[in-house]
Formats: sequence, C-alpha cells, structure tokens
Amino acid sequence: MLILECPYCGVKAEETELAAGGEAHLKRFGPGSDDNDFHDYLFMRENPKGVHFERWRHANGCGKWFHAARCTTTLEVFGTYAAQTYEPPQEIKDKITAKRPGWSWREFSDASE
Amino acid sequence: MSTRLAKQGRLIDRSKQIEFTFNGKRMQGYGGDSLASALLANDQMMMGRSFKYHRPRGVVASGSEEPNALMQLGTGDRYEPNQRATTTELFSGLTAASQNHWPSLEFDVLAINNKLSRFLTAGFYYKMFIHPRPLWKHVYEPIIRKSAGLGAAPDSELKDADTYEHFYFFADVVVIGGGVAGLQAAKAAAASGAKVLVLEQNNHWGGRAPVDGGTIDGDTPEVWVEKTLTELRAMDNVTLRDRCMGSGVYDHGYALGYERLTDHAPGQGGPRHRLWRIRAKQIITATGAIERPLSFAGNDVPGVMLAASMRDYVVNWGVTPGQKVVVATNNDDAYRTALTLHDAGVEVVRVVDARDTGGGALMEMVRDKGIRVELGRAIAKVKDGPRVTKVAICAQNGEGGAQEEVEADAVAMSGGWSPVVHLWSHCGGKLTWDKDHAFFRPDPTRPPLGDNGAGFVVAAGSANGNLGLGAALEDAAAAGAQAAEAAGFPAKSVAASKGVAEDETLMQPVWLMPAKADIKLRMKTWLDYQNDVKVSDVQLAAREGYESVEHTKRYTTLGMATDQGKLSNINGLAILADSLGAEIPQVGTTTFRPPYHPISMGAIGGEARGEIFQPVRKTPIYDWNDANGADWEPVGQWRRPFAYTRSGESRHDAVNREVKNTRENLGLLDASTLGKLIVKGPDAGKFLDMMYTNMMSTLKIGKCRYGLMCSENGFLSDDGVVARIDEDTWLCHTTTGGAESIHGHMEEWLQTEWWDWKVYVANVTEQYAQIAVVGPKARKVLEKLNAQAGGGMDLSKEALPFMEWREGQIGGFDARAFRISFSGELSYEIAVAASEGQAFWDALMEAGREFNVMPYGTETLHILRAEKGFIMIGDETDGTVIPQDLGLNWALSKKKEDYLGKRAQQRSHMADPDRWQLVGLETTDGSVLPDGAYALGNGINANGQKNMIGRVTSTYYSATLDRGIAMGLVKHGPKRMGEVIEFPGTDGKTYTAKIVDPVFYDKEGEKQNV
Amino acid sequence: MSNPVTATNGAQFSGIATVADVGLQGMITLRGDLSSKPLAAAVKAATGTEVPAQGTILVVEGGAAAWMSPDELLLLVPYEQAVAKTAELTKALKGEHALAANVSDARSFFQITGDGAREVLAKISPVDLSPEAFVAGDFRRSRTAQVAAAFWLQDDGSFRVVCFRSVGAYMFGLLSTAAHPQSAVGVY
Repeated sequence: MLILECPYCGVKAEETELAAGGEAHLKRFGPGSDDNDFHDYLFMRENPKGVHFERWRHANGCGKWFHAARCTTTLEVFGTYAAQTYEPPQEIKDKITAKRPGWSWREFSDASE
Repeated sequence: MSTRLAKQGRLIDRSKQIEFTFNGKRMQGYGGDSLASALLANDQMMMGRSFKYHRPRGVVASGSEEPNALMQLGTGDRYEPNQRATTTELFSGLTAASQNHWPSLEFDVLAINNKLSRFLTAGFYYKMFIHPRPLWKHVYEPIIRKSAGLGAAPDSELKDADTYEHFYFFADVVVIGGGVAGLQAAKAAAASGAKVLVLEQNNHWGGRAPVDGGTIDGDTPEVWVEKTLTELRAMDNVTLRDRCMGSGVYDHGYALGYERLTDHAPGQGGPRHRLWRIRAKQIITATGAIERPLSFAGNDVPGVMLAASMRDYVVNWGVTPGQKVVVATNNDDAYRTALTLHDAGVEVVRVVDARDTGGGALMEMVRDKGIRVELGRAIAKVKDGPRVTKVAICAQNGEGGAQEEVEADAVAMSGGWSPVVHLWSHCGGKLTWDKDHAFFRPDPTRPPLGDNGAGFVVAAGSANGNLGLGAALEDAAAAGAQAAEAAGFPAKSVAASKGVAEDETLMQPVWLMPAKADIKLRMKTWLDYQNDVKVSDVQLAAREGYESVEHTKRYTTLGMATDQGKLSNINGLAILADSLGAEIPQVGTTTFRPPYHPISMGAIGGEARGEIFQPVRKTPIYDWNDANGADWEPVGQWRRPFAYTRSGESRHDAVNREVKNTRENLGLLDASTLGKLIVKGPDAGKFLDMMYTNMMSTLKIGKCRYGLMCSENGFLSDDGVVARIDEDTWLCHTTTGGAESIHGHMEEWLQTEWWDWKVYVANVTEQYAQIAVVGPKARKVLEKLNAQAGGGMDLSKEALPFMEWREGQIGGFDARAFRISFSGELSYEIAVAASEGQAFWDALMEAGREFNVMPYGTETLHILRAEKGFIMIGDETDGTVIPQDLGLNWALSKKKEDYLGKRAQQRSHMADPDRWQLVGLETTDGSVLPDGAYALGNGINANGQKNMIGRVTSTYYSATLDRGIAMGLVKHGPKRMGEVIEFPGTDGKTYTAKIVDPVFYDKEGEKQNV
Repeated sequence: MSNPVTATNGAQFSGIATVADVGLQGMITLRGDLSSKPLAAAVKAATGTEVPAQGTILVVEGGAAAWMSPDELLLLVPYEQAVAKTAELTKALKGEHALAANVSDARSFFQITGDGAREVLAKISPVDLSPEAFVAGDFRRSRTAQVAAAFWLQDDGSFRVVCFRSVGAYMFGLLSTAAHPQSAVGVY
C-alpha cells in the first residue's frame, strides 16, 4: 500500500487517505477543437513501464489535488508537487534524471540527453 | 505408541491438568501444551485424512508449516474449521474434531479413492470431468465437493461470537520473528535509538535455539533469551508482541501483524484477534527455516515426522511420538534428534544417512551412544497399519532393491532446511540458489524497494540462509545495525552475542529416496501432503509438457493447499527440474503471496460488523422516521424512507395513500439528503457557467434555476436547483448521491484546470435539515406556523413566487424557503439548522394535522415526479445518456461558448438522430410495464439477437391516474407519438405500450404556480 | 425557536477511555488567503487566536482555530454565537476573496479522555498516534475506519474528534467499540 507525501499539508498519507486521479498534465480541448485532439484528450492515456506522472487527491485529508512522479515498476516515488502547473517542476525532473537517466514521458524527458 | 515422557517438556506445566475432547473423546493435557502435543501424549497419532485420497495422516511438524493436523475447533458460534493442531494452544474445554472423513477418522468410506489413486493422477479432474459438459454442475461438482474438501463450513445462520479490531502502528524497524536471530537483530537496531517492534508468532520466545542446544555467550540459549528479553523490555523504544505473527509485507514498508489475543482463552472478553497495520521504515525478517521432508515411499504414514519437529515434541512438551524410531537424513542436524530421543530413553533403531561419507561431530556423538548409523542408505518404504510398523532400508543410490526391514513405530526425517523467505519475497525481494545447502536464500542485492527506491527488507539469521547458531547471531546483529542505519539511525556498534554449537558437515541434496526409486515407490512418495501430490504426479505433468513451475503448480495443485507448500515447494521444484533436465534455479519458484499463514476473516474485517459494518448516514429526522413506519431504502450510505407503512398496510397501499394525499392535501418529505454546495467568489458565476449546461451567471439574486451538469464526455451526471444568494454567492443543490462527488468535481476543476479563478466551494449539505412541504395546503400550514409564532416570512404568491427563495423566520425557526417543486404541486422546500430539524418537522406535523398532513417517502417522490415527466438522475440516466436524449435542449445554453460536456456533445455519435430519446409510455391495458424492459424492433443483429429499439427507464403505478405510467428511451421516439410498441417481460408476457408525451399530469403546470 | 440537539444527544461510553458527545459546538469553515492581514484580524476577532500553522490547532478560552488546508481554517466559537460570528467574518472580509460558512449543525463532535485515548484512535485511523509523533496542538484530517474525520490533542491529553453529523451515530459506535474495556493494546 503506497504512501505519498501531500505537498500541501506535509502529511505522508497512505493510500486509503488518497484517491487516485489518473494521468497528470492533460491539456484540455474544448469547443472548436479538432476531433482527433478532443478524442485523445478524452481517451488516450500513457501506460508506461517506468516513469509516470499521476494525479492524486488527498481525499481523506486536506482535499487538495497534487501530482506524483512515480515509477510504475518499482513503485519508487521521485516526488510530489502541487497540481497548479502545466509541467513537472525542474527539481522533480532532476530527481528523476538522477535515478532514471534517459527517461522520457510524453513531451517531457531527461534534459541532459 | 506416542506417549508423555516422565521428564522433559520445558513449555508445559505438569501441575496444571487440562481437559479437552477430540472427536468426542475426553483427553487430558497440560498447561503449555499445543493441541498436537496433547494429542500425541494421548497416543492420538492419526489426526486427519488427506484431501483427495482420504489417506490417514498424522502430525508431521510442530509449527505453522503443519500440512496434516487440520482440526475443526469449537462449536456453535465459535466453530472454526481447518485450524492447525500445532498452532493451537490447549485450553480447558477445548473441543476438537478431525475433518475430511466419513463416517469416522478410523473408518472412512472414501478411502477407496486411495485404492483408485492410479487413476486419480495429476490433472485427473480436468481430463475426466470436461465431458459431457452438462454433467459438471449437477453431477460431478457436488460429488467432488463432498469427497474432496477440508473442514465443514460454519453454520450460515450463526454469527461469529467474537469481535476483532485493527491497530495502526508506526516503527522505524520491525523485526518479524522472535527467535535468537530476531532478538539479536532487535537488540542491535534498538541500540541506535530506533523505534523497534518485534513480532513473535508463538507464545514463547527464542524459536528453535532452546531445543537445538549450544551456548550463547556461555549461557544456554534459553537463559540468553530470557536475559535478552529483559534487556529489550527495559528499553522505551522497543515493543515486543508475542502470539503476533508477521503475516505479510507490502509496498512502501507496510506490514501486517496478526495477533491472537483470546484463541487460547475463548470467552475471556475483548477482541479475539487484532490486525496490526504497521508502517515500517525497515523490516527485518528473522523468520527462521523450515525443515524439508524426504521423498520416500510411505513418507506420509502416521508416525513419519520431521526430525526437528520430533525433537520439539520431546524437549518442549515432553512427548515422544514413538518408542522405536528410525532417523533418516541427508544432513547433520537430524543427529540432534537421535541424541535427544536417546537421552529421553527412546530407542533409536537406526540412523539412515543418505550421504556416503556421513556427518561430522554430531554423528560421532550418536555413534558413541551406541546407536547404529548406516551411511549411503535410504528408506525404501514405510509400512503402515495404519501407523508406522516397519521400515525397509536400502541403498540410496539404487532403485529400492535389497531391502532390510526393521521394526519401528516412528520415523524422523530430514531432507535439509529451507529459509523462510516468504516475507522477504512478498513485496518483490529476489532469491538466489545456494548450491551448498540446496536452498533458495534472499539475494541482498535485490531487496524489495520502498518509496525512496532503496531496499526496506533485511533478512537475518537462518531466514537469510545462515543456519548455524554462531553465524545466525552474527548475521542478525549486522542486519539490525543495517536496518537502523537505513531507517536514519546511525548504528552504535553492538557486538553480536557469540553462539557456539557443534560443527556440521555439508548436507547432500536428496530429492528422491532411493535415488532411482521405481514407479511403484514413486506413486507412494508424497510431495504435498495436504493436496495429495506425489512425485509421480509432478513427473507426469512434466511429461505432458508443463514446463513452467506456475503451470505445474496449478495442474498438479502442488503447493496450493492452505499451507501454501511450506514443506513441498522445494522438493517439488527439484523433481520438476530433474524431469525437465534443468537446474533448480532455472525452473525458479512460484510466487510467495501474503499472508504467510492463514489469518481469520474476522481480523481482516476488524471492527466492521453489526451496527458499524458500514457507516449509515442519518438525517436529523431519522429517529422519528424509524419510529413512524419508515420502510427504509438505502440511497448510497443514506437511509431514506421508501414509504411510511401503517399497521395492516402493504408497501403498495402506503405509497398510493401518500401519493393521493400529497396531491389532494399535504405531504412532507425529509429532503435533508440533497446536496447543498456554496459557491462563492468573483469568478463564481463564470465557474458555474462551465459546470452547468445552463447559464447561471445571469441568475438574479433571490431566484432559483434548475440546472444540468455533464461530465467532460458529455453525459448527464447530476441535476438540481441553483439559487443565487448574493452578488458573488450561489447555492447549488445536487442529488442525494451527488453531494460529495459534485463537491469533489468542482474542486477538481478549480484546483487542476482553472486554478487562477477566484472561487471557493463549501459543502454545507449537513448543516441543514431540508423539508419539502408539498400539496395544495402547503401554504396554509406554513402561514399557520407563522401565525402561531406571531409573524414570519411572507409566503404569499406575490412575495415568494415560484422559482424564488427567501430567508427569514417560519414558525419561529430561522429558515430559508425555496419555492421549487419536484412534484408539480404547490411546494416549499424549507431549510433549517440540522440541530433544529426534528423540532421543525414536529411543528409541521402538529400544525398540519388539520390539513391531513402525511409524511411521504422516496417512492411517492418518484411517482409524483414521473407523473410530471421530470427525469431522475440514475433512472433516466445511466452514464450514457446526454441531455439531448431527454428533450432537455432548453437547458443547454446556446449563448455560452463552453461548458463541460459541450464539445463532447458535438461528436458525431452524440449528434446522431438515431439515438434513443425520452418519451412517455402508456400500456394499452393500464398495467405497469416491467422496469428495464426492452422494446422489440424488427430483425436481428450481427450476434443473432433480436434488435431493440428502446427501453423502460421509469415505471410506476400512478394512484392519481389509476393506471401504469412509464418513461423510456425509444429510437426516434418523439416522432412516433401514438405508435404502439412491444416490451417482452421476463415473466413470459409481452406488454404493449403507446408512445405518449412524458408529462402525464397537469401539462400546463398550473398546480405548482399558485 | 426550539432547543437544538446533536445527532448523538449526549451519548457516552467508558472503557479503556471515555468517549462522549461534547454537545453543540459552534464551527465555522473559513476559506481564504491564510497569509492575509485582514483574514488574520478577522480570525483573531472571531476566536481570539492567531492563524494556526500547518497541521496544528490554536486553542484559547472560548475559541480555537485549526488548519484544514492551505486555504481553509476551521474556527471554533460558542454555538450560540456561530451565526453572528459567521456574519461578522463575512463583513470583515468584504472585498477579500474569502468564504465563511456556519457548519456548526453539520458536524458531530466527540471527546476521548483517559489513558487509552491514543489507542482508541489508533485502532481506527492510519495515523501515528504515539506520544513522540502526535503532540498537544497537533491537528489531523484523516480517515477513521470508513469515514473522514479531523482530530486533535488537547493540552490535557484528551482528543477531540469532528465528523459529519450524519455519521455521528456511526462514529460513536466506532469509538465505543475501539474503547472496549478489555481491548487495551498496552503500547501507549
């Protein structure tokens, strides 16, 4: 059972205090958008073996949404960060690069490559 | 015979006699006995029959690895099947019964299976019972279930008399196993200042060491254990728990401890089991090792036991399983058993050592006692009657010929040891094959990984493959320091205690005894006792093409019993590897899954039973409703009255009465469960315009508007009335089930998409008791309350028109009144503080008496809305329905550029004119359509099923109209008014209904607007 | 107006700890910018306390303020003053982006007193309740068995537990079960 630190209240919460919210950093497409873009926004999701970015809500807690960078194979947590961002903070990306050189996920990747 | 010895028995208290029964027979044991040791003391060697062949079986081990001695314990509401006699502490009045036999343990009809065992080979069920198919369910399955099985299930009418609980605990280092290695590791870890929890599954500490002997720091292991426990108990940062098994290791340092509080003292009060839900920074598995059986013919005959377990019975409980014992081994440890038996006055007939060169110092000690040791020899077979009567001895390196028979009544066997790697492996710890000792041991370079990506489990002592006393203690001290360090506590150097025991020479792997045993012998050579898997079965599986160990496991059921193959896994693997011509590490192990040992369902459920099985959400009117005939209906976790039945009245009668009375007089509905969300801020209007399909930003203060919410993929998800409170505040009503989810939905969009919008949401659902006052006399009752209180809110049509709200006092209560109607009648929904909800309800009931007031339930609510053609989320919608399907286009703002779901509703399938659309349905004969019935179209689809053109979404008997009314979704429905379509029912009848307008009652809406 | 009543109306149970319905308690949800001066002043005026730090509660005579999230406080005031204080807060924060809502009647409120208090709570909540980890003034929102709750430790060693009113009876049953007289764990 996972533990993730809520970046808002500093609590290392266990999975039963959290609610999983799927993939992070989705870009919303609304009226006027192309059919393919809208389809991808609604339905297409990453399913990586390795580095992944997810949304979680501290549901039985402060109620805030946050993001977690996690390895889907080892369950290592590289870091959690506030949800009010369009991309992972540099600090998180650096941590991932240190542990998983050459990583990439959607448009994000190891900047040293 | 097995019997109590005059001396020995370090765990028993001979001054404490305990009476118990086995299969109805009264027996005596001593305080400190296990059920198994007490049975042996009473010469009860046979303790059960096997799963498949119903072979008589005796106890083979002394701990949780026991596969045979499964018991049905207790009676009535404390009855439990499949409990191991070896892990059951004896108590006064214990009632035990053996299982899986009929009519008795001694004579079993289905032991005929044993004679048929040639035919009941691996995969027999799969091969035999596949044809003819129809016979499976009614013939084969019931017979198999009766013949192959474990204990009887408890009486389904009885409830477990015991209670259970959970306990959350956090530690820096958790040590699983309270043997000498565990205690040494705990000592080393605790010295660093780390918070340490030690779990021991037994009620005694020290593990095997006190039985096996040797010295630790010059003391006997028993003395050292006591000294160390005293030291640890004195430390504030150490918690010791016995009778508490570490049962599983999970992700990110989560572990479960299974504490058995009253199993040894039932009825003493308090919870029976406590499940420790532990979060550890580091876990040390000091879980010891399990001895392996030897594979020879008749190795399952009662009286054949693991050598070290036999030693346990002598030393711990003063019981000998036999009077003339043959010891068979491939390693030095079993010689300890020979010595122990000899010292206890039991005759050791032979030590049969499969190694040509025999053992070391221990062997010499045995020879010095005058015991005959034979090297390079094997047991060819054990003869039964049904216990061990004779043992045939042959050369190990042969087929089993040239046998010498000796008389014996027990056999002690040792095939070597396997470290208990289960807890290391539960969460992904990898293993490495140790060729010298022929066992898998934890690979310290590939431990289970924690949230920081580093290992969080350290194995210690014999669980780490260090079997000798000295090596185990050294390893454990290092493990303790390593774990403390990894948990963030720089280790203080603690010297390992010095363990001294006899040197042992290397074991020699022996997977079959004799090495080339012929098929007749192999068919009587058991690998998995509990599931009756033999050497020949695994070999057959290999011949049939099963190469993967996981497949072989399932095909043969090797290791699938309740002991999960604790004894059988390595022996089975070795046979499979040999059959496949592969090395054991290449074949690999099956997956170790928690729990290590079965734990009770009660412990898993914890406190969640009876009244607190689930949270039941109660409105402030709950108790009144309950006392006044509420026929409860669960709505999510809420309980709402379906109807209020009066004495002598059926549910149906009650509903009809409530419907009529509400239309004609006055009805009250406890609507407190409706969600109420305050949305406030400079951007609240803009935000609500995105949340709802309607325009909410333009709503005037004091007014209400019905709104629809869709998910981003266009489907209707919730509805409710929105009230504008002030310039930047709205109050949104949601459905009963929607309060939390819609609150979450709003927060999600605010926090993750429009985080720069200034909007706050607060869920005030439970702040208010909300009561719908409905019917032609609604205004009268409220005005009466105001008159009684000497004033209050003006409730006239002019002062509070339809779809508006006001705040003020009603009958002396601070209240908010909404002129909204879900029934089509004159209706006020009135919110008062929840703490005053009951008082307000009482006042309404009292004042309403002259108007013939009656409370009504959810069914009446449904009928009233259906008569008006109002949709209900969850009836007309099912997550695939869009507002356009329901004729709700009027609620979709054309002015707004965007709202959640708008883009999706433009997708081609959403705009398809062939989508099923909402209509009313009127049966041609006035009957009530079956709920969920489908309407038949012409032709068949690609799957050969009849084409469907619609379905019923809501259907009721309308007391107002005295006929069945229904709503449904029908293809091209609104264009087919007047057409009659057919709905086949599940009752064999076909219902015919005319497509009509969904508004059945007061089409002009005059009644609600008075 | 009638006498308002709580969901569990004075219920009490004694075992390894004593569990009791505290009675009506004024509670106000306040959302806003916790670093803003007007908000701090309004909180002070309403409760007599400063704005609490993350994960804590500040308790004074007749009032308290607890940290619920980075933009939310729970204010405790006398029950009969809750409506007026909510209005005062709204008035004081006019022009600020803030929301004050009276939630006094939406809650059930319990206390756990006695030596077993920590153990009672540790049986139902996945929180480290050891004396080293959870100290007076700590405030935590979490899960108690199957429902959300918030709790804190008072200076006198007793706990206060807040949950939704509708599950007040469930919470009382839960706490009473966990406080069974023969269920002491013996670790705290």
